[in-house]
Amino acid sequence: MEVTLTHYLVLSSILFAIGLIGVMRRKNLLMLFFATEILLNATNIGFAAISHYIGDLSGQMFAFFIIAIAASEVAIGLGLLIVWYKRTGKIDLDQMNSMRG
Amino acid sequence: MELYLYIALFAPLVGSLFSALFTATPKASITGYIASGLLFTSFVSSAILLNYVMGGHTVHVEMMTWMATGDLYIPFGFVVDQVSVVMMMVVTIVSTVVHVYSIGYMDHDKGFNRFFAWLSAFVFSMMVLVMSDNFAGLFIGWEGVGLCSWGLIGFWYHKESATWAANEAFIMNRIADLGMLIGIFLIYWNVGSLQYDVVFAEVGNLQPVIITWIGIFLFIGAMGKSAQFPLHTWLADAMEGPTPVSALIHAATMVTAGVYLVVRANPIYDLIPNVGIFIASLGAFVALFAASMALVNRDMKRIIAYSTLSQLGYMFVAAGLGAYWVALFHLMAHAFFKALLFLGAGNVMHAMHDELDPFKMGGLRKVMKGTFVMMTLASVALAGIYPFAGFFSKDLILEVGFVEHHYVIYTVLLLTAGLTAFYSFRLVALIFHGEERYKLFGIHPHEAYKFMLVAMSPLLVLAIIAGSFKMTYYQLVINLLPSTQYHIHSATTFWIMTIGTQLFVILAILFAYKKYSNWNSVPDGTSKMEKSFGYKLLWNQYYIPKIYDEVFSKPYLELSKIAWKQIDLKIVDATVDAIANAIYKTGENTRDIQNGNLSSMLRWMVVGLVVLMTLAVAFNVGYNVFGA
Repeated sequence: MEVTLTHYLVLSSILFAIGLIGVMRRKNLLMLFFATEILLNATNIGFAAISHYIGDLSGQMFAFFIIAIAASEVAIGLGLLIVWYKRTGKIDLDQMNSMRG
Repeated sequence: MELYLYIALFAPLVGSLFSALFTATPKASITGYIASGLLFTSFVSSAILLNYVMGGHTVHVEMMTWMATGDLYIPFGFVVDQVSVVMMMVVTIVSTVVHVYSIGYMDHDKGFNRFFAWLSAFVFSMMVLVMSDNFAGLFIGWEGVGLCSWGLIGFWYHKESATWAANEAFIMNRIADLGMLIGIFLIYWNVGSLQYDVVFAEVGNLQPVIITWIGIFLFIGAMGKSAQFPLHTWLADAMEGPTPVSALIHAATMVTAGVYLVVRANPIYDLIPNVGIFIASLGAFVALFAASMALVNRDMKRIIAYSTLSQLGYMFVAAGLGAYWVALFHLMAHAFFKALLFLGAGNVMHAMHDELDPFKMGGLRKVMKGTFVMMTLASVALAGIYPFAGFFSKDLILEVGFVEHHYVIYTVLLLTAGLTAFYSFRLVALIFHGEERYKLFGIHPHEAYKFMLVAMSPLLVLAIIAGSFKMTYYQLVINLLPSTQYHIHSATTFWIMTIGTQLFVILAILFAYKKYSNWNSVPDGTSKMEKSFGYKLLWNQYYIPKIYDEVFSKPYLELSKIAWKQIDLKIVDATVDAIANAIYKTGENTRDIQNGNLSSMLRWMVVGLVVLMTLAVAFNVGYNVFGA
């Protein structure tokens, strides 16, 4: 069976859905980062596949940008997370409500 | 000549605006001088115009377009013709005198500047009223004088009674003005123009029933302004205002605007003699009705106000019977002597520290010689003794009634003439003769300022000699008004009538003097006369204010309470509250979105994303299916 664009897009959608559910359901901040990574990589797959399909390299370039941005985001995010953990000893999302209106 | 017209019209406005600049500052005598000076300018211009009009010309200007849409065209146009110039002279003479007099009268009043702003504004409105060349302009002046009258009756607004009287006058006039407005609409509807010359040329072609309605509705307006029964109660209450206001507005000018309207609209009223008869009958009734109330009243100003009402009745009799020039002549003569009477009453009020009950005065002729002479002569003129102004104008009205074979009206007017003489001299006798009853109340009366008496003197002269202008005046106004002469054919009848009337009036005067000039006590409601039914009826003004209170004011108050508690609170307020509550509840219920929990925020973000994507897809599908 030949792997077509449809397969890639379906894979991308499934990953995106998993990531989205993770974002909604997870309370652990670390897990939230994982879910975000899954979301970003789902889009990366989509970009790369469509880029290959229409023979235009722009999509793959965007994928690289996203990887770079995701890396920096995780770096900053993990840094903040460690600081937060040192201060409170917890990384539970529901505890982070000091901005409550 | 146009220049003089504009000066005559706008000088009072300039005076009013100038005084208005100082309304918030303490008394500045300059406002009084400037306003009076400008009024005098206006008077001089009017006199020049009178001279010009007597040469057989008229001045007609169109200052600018006011309304022009489709077929409707109403300009700000002014006309100085034989009728309006007479009114202009009356208005400017009396108001110049009253302005100068007020400088003295309002000397110690905190609202000095405000007073002149209102008073000059009134004169301007009155000039617009008499000079306009169309019914719309007349109506603007009509409302303007109403407004200024409101401001001046309620001039001492800290007094509850003054504000009440001001509102009463304003509301009663509104009722009547609605009638007048309907009349004007009817004219426009049927003629297509409001210009006097067009309307009067076309009115003969209309159906009689329409002319009748126009006449009736215009007269309703006149009834309100001239305080004819049943809209008369405001005039006596309007005496709450300062006395110069009563002299100018409620005796000489504004209240005669109704008569002026009927005189001005004479081509309309000529076509509907039945309405004319009604006007004359109402006038005769009011003449007697008001004079009877003046017989027993114990308020100096109210007595004079009822007398004004009674004289307005005379004018309407003349106007209703088609003797327009007679009505206008009596208007003019009456303006002079009645304003004089009021200003004299103002002097007495000042001397007596605002005491109004003539029974508490007495013997004032010793300290107030000038005022005494003036008020006596004004009363003589009012009573109609030869050769004073009242004789020529009032006897003429009696003759009109006689010549036109309305003997009932004639008899009523004759009787009223006797009553007029009686109550006028009852007032004079009580104030100036007899014992000095004011000493019981510890008052030290003093004569008014010299210049106030000097200011009043032109009115005195006119009250004495105005009758001699009769033929000049007649030659002037017959250019515009029907020139019927009212001569009693038989010389014997004429002399019997004239001398009889004179004797009757003189007897009434003597009776008043005999009864009141030696009065020595203040009545306290215990005497036999004061307990009689007739006295109580007259004292309570035929219970008409009470009836109005019971029939109109109180049910209206109840209705207003129902509207407030049932309609306003339960329907209008409830609707507004419901809308506010709905929004409030929505906010209350949606504040969970902002609970600060990151997890739920993320969930809402996902919801938003889904909604946006759904919309994007839906629009895309819709565009592909239905779109271009």
